[in-house]
Amino acid sequence: METARQVFRRNLQENVEVCDGSPELHVLAVDDSLVDRKVIERLLKISSCKVTSVESGTRALQYLGLDGEKGKGSVGFDGLKVNLIMTDYSMPGMTGYELLKKIKQESSVLKEIPVVIMSSENILTRIDRCLEEGAEEYLVKPVKLSDVKRLKDFIMRGEGKDSGETRIRKRRRRDDHSSLPQSVTLSSSPALACDPSSTLMPSSAPSACSSKRAKLCI
Amino acid sequence: MERNHLPRHLVLQRQSLFDQGLLDEQFIQLEELQDDANPNFVEEVVTSYYQNTSTLIVIIEQALGTSPLDFNKLDGYMYQLKGSSSSFGAKKVKADCTLFREYCKAGNVEGCMRTFQQLKKEYASLKRKLEAYFQLARQARVTGTASRPK
Repeated sequence: METARQVFRRNLQENVEVCDGSPELHVLAVDDSLVDRKVIERLLKISSCKVTSVESGTRALQYLGLDGEKGKGSVGFDGLKVNLIMTDYSMPGMTGYELLKKIKQESSVLKEIPVVIMSSENILTRIDRCLEEGAEEYLVKPVKLSDVKRLKDFIMRGEGKDSGETRIRKRRRRDDHSSLPQSVTLSSSPALACDPSSTLMPSSAPSACSSKRAKLCI
Repeated sequence: MERNHLPRHLVLQRQSLFDQGLLDEQFIQLEELQDDANPNFVEEVVTSYYQNTSTLIVIIEQALGTSPLDFNKLDGYMYQLKGSSSSFGAKKVKADCTLFREYCKAGNVEGCMRTFQQLKKEYASLKRKLEAYFQLARQARVTGTASRPK
């Protein structure tokens, strides 16, 4: 148990900035709607996350240093590492899907950042396409506090560090609720979620998965 | 100020907005995000909404004045309006947006025109009602007492 806890803490610190001993995620929010940006900013701040919000995919890429300049890794131009990207799907110019693809395909460093798609449209083919392209989640708008909290749990446990195949395998396994994934982050184990440095409520992976599925099935 | 500390007449006023079908659960979600440091969050969102969408309403009105109607474009505008409306829980306005989009898909000019007039009314009416509510809520917070309108 001790070894596992050490591994957990190491992954956590790799993934997030640590301020005053409590981990803080830095989220880049992308949405062309001012109202939606205001709401997502507030949801994230209430969840103790740092937020940078931009109004387009182009701006997001500029911020991430992917707009032609040599990639600065996942550090925004203000020097803050980005731990999660939440983007609206339907935006003029570059859609959230196109942004997702650019992030996953054009930078070996940036593709490690989990990307979540938000959309007011609950279209299965669209959801599938986004998940296949590497999105961590597809949130149906309007986004609620419980969505953000669940997302934060998800990311803090290092699930976002998984890539491609492992993630898809894990997703299917969580659907079974049968076996735990073999990954080092041990994210499905509820016992390890009770990290004393974290103020998060422990929640098990199966319920996170089923609430995601419940969301998709609305 | 917590909702349960609102003076009674404000509680009733707020409840009637829900009872009339003007607001839905999302409005409550946003209210829960308010605290002593950010007591006006919902009002700020609503103000942003009206500032931000007023141009959109004008654009839609202009587009409805052209002939023939560009249903695709209209649908696109209405999708934006619907999204923003939904984000703060404007239930009736959102429903009007949905109806308008149905008429767009069906290529129904008369339906679009009629629904847009309805939408404009609801949009303006909601603004008045929310402004009145927020103002009273702010006063109640400042004075800490209920000031009954005469």
